[in-house]
Amino acid sequence: MSATEARTAALKVEDLEVAYDVRGVLRPVLRGVSFEIRPGEAYGLVGESGCGKSTTAYAAVRYLPGNGHITAGRALIGGDDVTAMGAEDLRALRASRISMVYQDPGQSLNPTIKVGKQVAEAFAVLGASKEEARERAIEALRRVRIADAERVMERYPYQLSGGMQQRAVIAMALACDPQLLILDEPTTGLDATVEAEVLDLVANLRDETGAAILLIAHNLGVVRRTCDRVGIMYAGRIVEEGIAGEVFDDPQHPYTVGLLRCLPRRGAAKSERRLDTIPGSLPLIGTPLPACVFEDRCALASAECRTALPTASHPRPDRTVFCHHVDRVAELVAAPVTAAAGEVAPGEVVLQLEDVSKTFRQGGHEVRALVGVDLELRAGETLGLVGESGSGKTTLAKAILGIHAADQGGVIRLDGETLAGLTTQRSADARRAIQIIFQNPDSALNRSKTVRSILSRALSKLAGLSGQAADDRLEKIREEVVLSPRHLDLKPRQLSGGLKQRVAIGNAFAGDPRIVVCDEPTSALDVSVQAAILNLLADLQRDEQASYIVISHDLGVVRYLSDRIAVLYLGRLMEVGDAATVFAGPHHPYTEALLSAVPSVDGDPPARIRLEGEVPSAIDVPSGCVFHTRCPRAIQGTCEASEPPLVEVEAGHMMRCHIPIDELRRLQATDAG
Amino acid sequence: MSAVDPTAFEPPAPLEDAGAAADRRSARREKLRLFVRNPSAIIGGAILIFWIICAIFGDVIAPYSPFATDFDGHVPPGGTNILGTDQLGRDVLSRVIIGSRDVLIAAPICAIIGVGLGTLLGMLMGYYRGWLDDTLGRVIEAFLALPVPLVALLALAALGSSTTTVVLTVGIFFTPIVARTVRAAVLAERENDYVQAAKLRGENGLYIMFREILPNITGPIVVEFTVRIGYAVFTIAFLSFLGVGIQPPTPDWGLMVSEEYALIIGGYWWVTVFPALAIASLVIAVNLVADAMQEVNER
Repeated sequence: MSATEARTAALKVEDLEVAYDVRGVLRPVLRGVSFEIRPGEAYGLVGESGCGKSTTAYAAVRYLPGNGHITAGRALIGGDDVTAMGAEDLRALRASRISMVYQDPGQSLNPTIKVGKQVAEAFAVLGASKEEARERAIEALRRVRIADAERVMERYPYQLSGGMQQRAVIAMALACDPQLLILDEPTTGLDATVEAEVLDLVANLRDETGAAILLIAHNLGVVRRTCDRVGIMYAGRIVEEGIAGEVFDDPQHPYTVGLLRCLPRRGAAKSERRLDTIPGSLPLIGTPLPACVFEDRCALASAECRTALPTASHPRPDRTVFCHHVDRVAELVAAPVTAAAGEVAPGEVVLQLEDVSKTFRQGGHEVRALVGVDLELRAGETLGLVGESGSGKTTLAKAILGIHAADQGGVIRLDGETLAGLTTQRSADARRAIQIIFQNPDSALNRSKTVRSILSRALSKLAGLSGQAADDRLEKIREEVVLSPRHLDLKPRQLSGGLKQRVAIGNAFAGDPRIVVCDEPTSALDVSVQAAILNLLADLQRDEQASYIVISHDLGVVRYLSDRIAVLYLGRLMEVGDAATVFAGPHHPYTEALLSAVPSVDGDPPARIRLEGEVPSAIDVPSGCVFHTRCPRAIQGTCEASEPPLVEVEAGHMMRCHIPIDELRRLQATDAG
Repeated sequence: MSAVDPTAFEPPAPLEDAGAAADRRSARREKLRLFVRNPSAIIGGAILIFWIICAIFGDVIAPYSPFATDFDGHVPPGGTNILGTDQLGRDVLSRVIIGSRDVLIAAPICAIIGVGLGTLLGMLMGYYRGWLDDTLGRVIEAFLALPVPLVALLALAALGSSTTTVVLTVGIFFTPIVARTVRAAVLAERENDYVQAAKLRGENGLYIMFREILPNITGPIVVEFTVRIGYAVFTIAFLSFLGVGIQPPTPDWGLMVSEEYALIIGGYWWVTVFPALAIASLVIAVNLVADAMQEVNER
């Protein structure tokens, strides 16, 4: 490559190798990563945890932790070799030419300093005077679409929502007018609607500033929406690189194919198909790997994959794939999906909620987190709860579980019997009947206990088993959740995330529950692990006739597991119906906006609905239809005046909206066309 | 492999954690290794072992009987009496060696009482919170506001001075401090979902506190225990010095200091300085060990 060519790239990484020093042993994390980001281009690095995507970004700006070493290769920013820079040059480079935005904006902002001062500081560092810095800070906040910048300047970070915080962080990152903006999981942990706003903002800013973007994300949809090109990473190597949309629509590396087949996409439902999984599991850092890092999990692997490093091939224009068997990848793509056992007819009504509300008292105010919810759940049926944070999904689940008592007046019935508010007041049978799978198995499993003692205790308390009967049942549960016998004597921290979640699932199923609440059951897991857990949940449900209440922000997951969907907004049910109906439409305008906000790996519809503003406070709820303040289809004079009732608009489909369903159907069909 | 059917691969009990398991087990060994190599632990541990040997084998090590008044009074260090003799002609070296005995028994017992009661209170406060926490919290704050020497003096005057009462008094004085530490640890720990899960399967509060939460907060409790031993050594010596602690003629360091500290000005420094150094060395040793433990714990 010529020198001028190198100069044109905003970031050029050449054969970068990084190793972490763990107790004196150098463990390789990056095994020769090369890619290039042109000025103004957005490049996405995608991969599962431990693949080295963050390490790549940090190494590129020499920001590795103390035990991280660049052992080979170079990283050039605007043509300057970062790996050969002295401390002073490096500081100058970081101050003026690159910026980073991290995952959790709450952590990036100092909680004790007003937002305005923090943003102004970013300009003061660059040499602006105090007044000048303040003015430029206001300007910067406006640039990230914060409408009343002056007021936001005077706030502390905790007074801002997650989305606003992330905007402020982005404003700071843009202070130096960077050539390269590195975004490390910038929207993870944000609501779909907020995520959509932040991604729109990033796209707009890119057009305005011309900065190149390096986006690190595990969410393929986010990358597809934001990036021009994408690099798929696995075990410290880029295995496939190309134009984002093309790579996702027409993957050419076995790993990319596998990853995409793991995702519940295009309305996949558990009754139709099982999800594919990638055999084996992610390699641990430091494990010796064959020449092709994906060899031991690859269905196409042959002898040469173990010994010979795959070279770059270009099966498509603008595509680079590192695989010995590119010519056979089509076989993987064409492999049929495994059909599921088909639809299971739901049984009797197990759980009935009538007019369930929950009011919290907060500083003298009443916060109505849940308002008059009526729902039914049948045996073997899955109900998906959907809504932004603060919509009342978790409040509802907690009321059903008895973690907190619902307000007087509402009734929760299990098999026709009214349940006491709190789990401690309920009978042992009622407790056994309703269990939960938590989001984070690290928190849900006691780290001081072995898997065996965790499961045994659940068996004795929930199933009332002891001795041989308990051992037999333990064995059965172990088989059901696909753990091997030796896992029983390990402690949770000795297990991988997927295995931990299996233990947590076994724990919930110990007492043959009738209803299991799944609170974001896979959001802490990698894509390939998620597929296996979703399959397991579907299998267990069929075998045990259990009913699920699934809470997830991932609509693909909700769609896959759910038979029915309930959409909540500000504690009210906005729409309830069969999963297929709710996803197919006509939708409630809120559901429509939610569906449209979620970035899809299959690409976005041509016209997207953008929700303005944030979820209003539950203390000061809007008049009339609570959604009218953000509703793109609100009818002037009607929606703010009266709250529409939740009515059946067609068979099995309830909606709370003033707009008649035929009108919604017409509107939504027009917009889609 | 030629048959291509990616769906055929449901993971059969993944095996990747074998390495992780070994890693973690060696992580525990690593903790021990770090502790053993920690300079604070080495120095502190050496001094501590020295005093423990003195306490156990004192009778063999000590050149003379600590009670025998066989020598002239106030013989300066050197010669037959390496550390000199006191006013009554007792060998200071022998008394310092044997003097480690009471304190090394009494101090850990104080710490056990303080940490035991403190853990119990702290668990109750942190787990139940609400009025219990508020009430006990205020009591503890009031207690901590009292001047320790005065109250200890009062308590010992009322109860009568004996090793038992000293140990009890000191132990009880430690309780509120430990309770606050444990409470903070429980507050953080109870946010974990496994506590919620335990409630949902119908466990009672005692089970959740002691079987679920306690094993996860042993780190700070052990550190607290070690720190308290150090403080106990100091406090016991201090009470002896005031004359309300261990009673003569027992060879106790605090007592030895108090008996003749007024004579330092007369030039008889050795009777006071050596037991004082002994106290200091033991306190420092225990604290060095505690520091090392904390450091390793927090890694």
